[in-house]
Amino acid sequence: MASTLINVPKHARRGDVIEIRALTSHIMEPGYRRTAAGEIVPRDIITSFSCRYNGSEIFRADLFPAISANPYLSFFTTASESGTFTFEWIGDNGLSQTASAAITVE
Amino acid sequence: MRGIGSIVAVLLLVSARAGEIPQDQRRSGYAFMAPDTQAMQDDDTSNPGMLWVLDGQALWTNRTGAANKACADCHGDATASMKGVAARYPAFETALGRPVDLEQRINLCRTAHQQAGALDHESHDLLALTAYVAHQSRGMPIAPASDPQLAPFLARGRELFVQRQGQLNLACANCHDDNWERHLAGSAITQGQPTGYPMYRLEWQTLGSLQRRLRGCMTGIRAQAFNYGSPELVELELYLMSRAAGMPTETPAVRP
Repeated sequence: MASTLINVPKHARRGDVIEIRALTSHIMEPGYRRTAAGEIVPRDIITSFSCRYNGSEIFRADLFPAISANPYLSFFTTASESGTFTFEWIGDNGLSQTASAAITVE
Repeated sequence: MRGIGSIVAVLLLVSARAGEIPQDQRRSGYAFMAPDTQAMQDDDTSNPGMLWVLDGQALWTNRTGAANKACADCHGDATASMKGVAARYPAFETALGRPVDLEQRINLCRTAHQQAGALDHESHDLLALTAYVAHQSRGMPIAPASDPQLAPFLARGRELFVQRQGQLNLACANCHDDNWERHLAGSAITQGQPTGYPMYRLEWQTLGSLQRRLRGCMTGIRAQAFNYGSPELVELELYLMSRAAGMPTETPAVRP
């Protein structure tokens, strides 16, 4: 099961600097560990995260095996217009997960 | 050998206080954490334990087993029916003649009423359901059941807590009653109060049960850990909950 927790302020004044936080459930298996039988546990990580604000990309991050499980990302942007933030996580084994959050800018 | 001897001597010397922690000095593990880790727990959108709570909420209404029943079909809205339940577990189970913890109760419900297989210890679904149920008690004081049938089990839990064991020959009490204000290799020792289980441990990078935490401590003192679900672990849980009676439930807690 995969789930995400997004924190975007519901309301902001135009020009405000707002913090956006995104937490997602993922094991982030680095691919370096071995089982008791000596076999490598295959890598299973999120490789890319992006955030779009009304369609235009405002934040992107590449993720690597050293990042801990359930990655939590926090970043800032300027509230310019009402609309939607869309979030996308892409990763190994065909992972592609999206979430969105709305904001009203006055 | 001289090195080991002096370590043992130091351990004996630092056992300054002995006996149970006075009521007004009890502190949750939360109080021992860095402000950053406290902030992580306080905000539901940064507390990773909430991911399990959300999954548990979905499982609550998910029909399963031969009976094709969901938890919600019997228990209704968990936010009402499960309020305060986790705060009084482990509870006495008449059919088994011994106490069961919350995870075991969920599995008993699964096998008896849903006619589904029991979930494995520390499996995602069992932790998620337990976290969801325990989350309904967040902020409520731990209120152990006053069932007189629990008394002998509680006494055994207390015995296990003060029983020295393992190659390091330490009892739980040697650290968590006698030396909780000190540090062990840079980490706070803490009082071992079970206020936030299941909890997200940064070291584990996942949610884990109180039994997992207890087994980790036992391995740390180089003792043979009790098996998951063993009566001894439940007795220890029972004693720990009675020791923390009145302290607020924090599930899902975050710990380093």
